Amino acid sequence: MITLEHYLFLGAIIFTLGVLGIFLNKKNLIIILMSIELILLSVNINFIAFSAYINDISGQIFAMLTLTVAAAEAAIGLAILVVFFRNLGSIEVNKINQLKG
Amino acid sequence: MVLYSLTFYLFSSVAVLSALMVISAKNPVHSVLFLILSFVNASGLFVLLGAEFLAMILVVVYVGAVAVLFLFVVMMLDINFVKLREGFLQYLPFGALLGIVLVIELGILFLTDRSSNIYNNQTPLQPIVNEVENTKMIGQILYTEYFYLFQICGIILLVAMIGSITLTLRDKGGVKRQNIVSQNTVDASTAIEKKKVKIGEGI
Repeated sequence: MITLEHYLFLGAIIFTLGVLGIFLNKKNLIIILMSIELILLSVNINFIAFSAYINDISGQIFAMLTLTVAAAEAAIGLAILVVFFRNLGSIEVNKINQLKG
Repeated sequence: MVLYSLTFYLFSSVAVLSALMVISAKNPVHSVLFLILSFVNASGLFVLLGAEFLAMILVVVYVGAVAVLFLFVVMMLDINFVKLREGFLQYLPFGALLGIVLVIELGILFLTDRSSNIYNNQTPLQPIVNEVENTKMIGQILYTEYFYLFQICGIILLVAMIGSITLTLRDKGGVKRQNIVSQNTVDASTAIEKKKVKIGEGI
């Protein structure tokens, strides 16, 4: 019998793997963007699992909104990455200090 | 029911393993391919949960658009990936510790939440009716109840599109472009030049 907790655990594990990916690949901007996609995927799994088990369709609508934001974020992130690579010739995150923030 | 459980465990274990490979693969191209595998398995899980429309959207949007975009960028840029992996083992113990703590905390949260039983006796706002198929139901709610959110989604995508185009567009010198104003203002006095050519010579 698969309960809601099974799906929540799955979401938690994928979320943690996403966070771990950001920690481990501190220099590689592409892997960091992919880790963010993993985190958003785990959010989607939670939304849809809750939607199915509470018997409420609104969760699926919100999962769709998350999907939209994820697509927009990936497009802009990769565009920034391409511009950054053109200017500096590498994508090391610790070299991104041009704004001196 | 056994088949359901087996399918769940199959899809979820492959999804977790490929997510693990995404963050640990040496070659970023392999990372992207494992990301695609993870998304496909997640969409299988969505089908199990009865959200067929979102499963298809996940495959189309993520595998068809986002992952291919990643693949393009990884292959287009000439990056020294070996250098980028420095420090992977250095952060591994700390990261693993943090991950284990996070999973345990979330697990405790889910297991204790069960006793309060908040999500079993709640009346749903938009109950899922079994006679209507998933896609039709989403459409019925998305275009009525959540219409403004839907519009905002469109604006977000438009802004993302314009933003990424303006970020990556660059003007190369020496590109010839059509100038419609100067084309339309041409008349005989500017287009034709009269020259007197002497007999026996050229210009």
